Amino acid sequence: MAVSFSVACLRLANVRYAVGTASSARGVTEILSGVDLTARRGEVTVIIGPNGAGKTTTLSCAQGLLRPSAGSVQLLGQDPYRAGADLRARVGVMLQDGGLPQSVKPRTLLTHVAKLHRDPWPLEDLVDRLDLSAFLGTAIRRLSGGQKQRVALAAALIGSPELVFLDEPSAGLDPQSRQLVFDLIDHLRSSGIGIVLTTHLLEEAQHLADAVYILKDGVVVRHGTVSELTGIGEEPHSHTAARRLCFASPRALTRTELEDAPYPLELDSDANRAGARWGVPAIASPADLTALARWWERSGLFPAEISFEARTLEDVFWEVSSP
Amino acid sequence: MNQPEAPTLPRSRPAAAHRRVLAHGLYEARLTLRNGEQLLVSLILPLLVLIGLHRAHAVTDIVPGIDTIAPGVLSLAVMASAFAGAAIATGFERQYGVLAYLATTPLGATGLILGKSLAVLCVIAVQVLVLGSAGFFLGWSPEPLGIIWMFGVVIMGAATFTALGLLLAGTVRAEATLALANVAWVLMGAAGGAVLPLEHDGAGALLLALPSAALGEAVRGATMEGRLAVVPILILAAWALAAILAARKWFTWK
Repeated sequence: MAVSFSVACLRLANVRYAVGTASSARGVTEILSGVDLTARRGEVTVIIGPNGAGKTTTLSCAQGLLRPSAGSVQLLGQDPYRAGADLRARVGVMLQDGGLPQSVKPRTLLTHVAKLHRDPWPLEDLVDRLDLSAFLGTAIRRLSGGQKQRVALAAALIGSPELVFLDEPSAGLDPQSRQLVFDLIDHLRSSGIGIVLTTHLLEEAQHLADAVYILKDGVVVRHGTVSELTGIGEEPHSHTAARRLCFASPRALTRTELEDAPYPLELDSDANRAGARWGVPAIASPADLTALARWWERSGLFPAEISFEARTLEDVFWEVSSP
Repeated sequence: MNQPEAPTLPRSRPAAAHRRVLAHGLYEARLTLRNGEQLLVSLILPLLVLIGLHRAHAVTDIVPGIDTIAPGVLSLAVMASAFAGAAIATGFERQYGVLAYLATTPLGATGLILGKSLAVLCVIAVQVLVLGSAGFFLGWSPEPLGIIWMFGVVIMGAATFTALGLLLAGTVRAEATLALANVAWVLMGAAGGAVLPLEHDGAGALLLALPSAALGEAVRGATMEGRLAVVPILILAAWALAAILAARKWFTWK
């Protein structure tokens, strides 16, 4: 686990971002409605949320690509929107769509970006760490999605940044490539570099994150360490001090029974049939268990098997992102 | 409890500003000169126009001689690289997020624009060399003093058309940029006063306010009469200023 250096390298305070004008036909649409976020050096800060939650817009405001409508952004102590080359040299950015010129070869691109920095990361070391050597001389448009991702990650790191933004760094990667990226992120963290990343892969978030921010409809609806959010840690939040209960149903459940259940059920098996396993995400008290037992009684169900599992980040995500 | 010491990270520093711009200008120029489609539009087509019109002049006096055609074709070539080429390349870079990525590097927005301008000037230098040599071979004899003015006018024209090209690329989709830039280049070259001088009466006088006509007139004024054509230069400056102001308002990185 990474050491917490407690040195904030990014602070977003009540950041709002809106598009459109009151006089336009579509009016004003608020993408971010007051985001507060702090990322620290030597930590991986993960932003998760459903599509359209505002993850990429949050990153764009933090990187200085977008100017917030309100609120403040402090990136390494400066306003990134007005910052000059000195600040940009200290920050690496991997955009969601890569931002790679399609006709250029990775070696040409990385060599060029390295020239924009005074003390770049040695190219050959980055090539080794990300296993780029096989396609360094191939035009980027001919690379697979996973290869492009690795080149984009290398382009974000070539300047030896102190803080790096990674928007979906493992999207499209095969398991081996994903492990390479994870290892590199671990190396960055242990070197004291701040990492802010977004992902849709909650297992990945749980594995990597020192701090997690869950965004929904342009606001942070929950944040903390993975332990704090799942209630597994030493000091669980009262509202998340919960476990996931699983039971094996002796028969398929009817629609009426599912609607009558006291909590939303998640089907863990591939089909709703006899023996199927169902999950109840948040059992936080004996009263919850009683409610569940009463529902079993009403439905005439006697589960063949009952077990508790530690709640995962995915359970928390579903809990906060469901309508 | 004491917090552990943060490891001492060496502060990442940018390369010097002039090195960044120079590096990006040469990088883009190399990419352009290695791109077959760009070479076709920037060099091959203007060369074909030069040779074609020279041959046509031998058949009919309707087509002016090489002293008029050569500066016109140079203007066409400047528009090809500074406007059409730059707009199309930038439009697709914007679509793929390349502009946004480069804007986050030490190059930044200003360095990116300066680097692109430098790349355009590099390509124009190659165009002037190749097309000028071909013109001399075909009998072009520009005013010696005017050649100095010509270089100044070409730089002014490059700035104007690069600003117009970036405005187009930064405000509409890449596919629309591709179509609009090519159509505008063909129209300005064929009927916009760049290659052949426009009639100065009636509607022709209005067309002289086009940047293509202004560039053509200014280059012809320099090479044919050895003078700096002030009015066309002012027209080019006005177009450049308008494009820069519009780009500041509407240009988006992605």
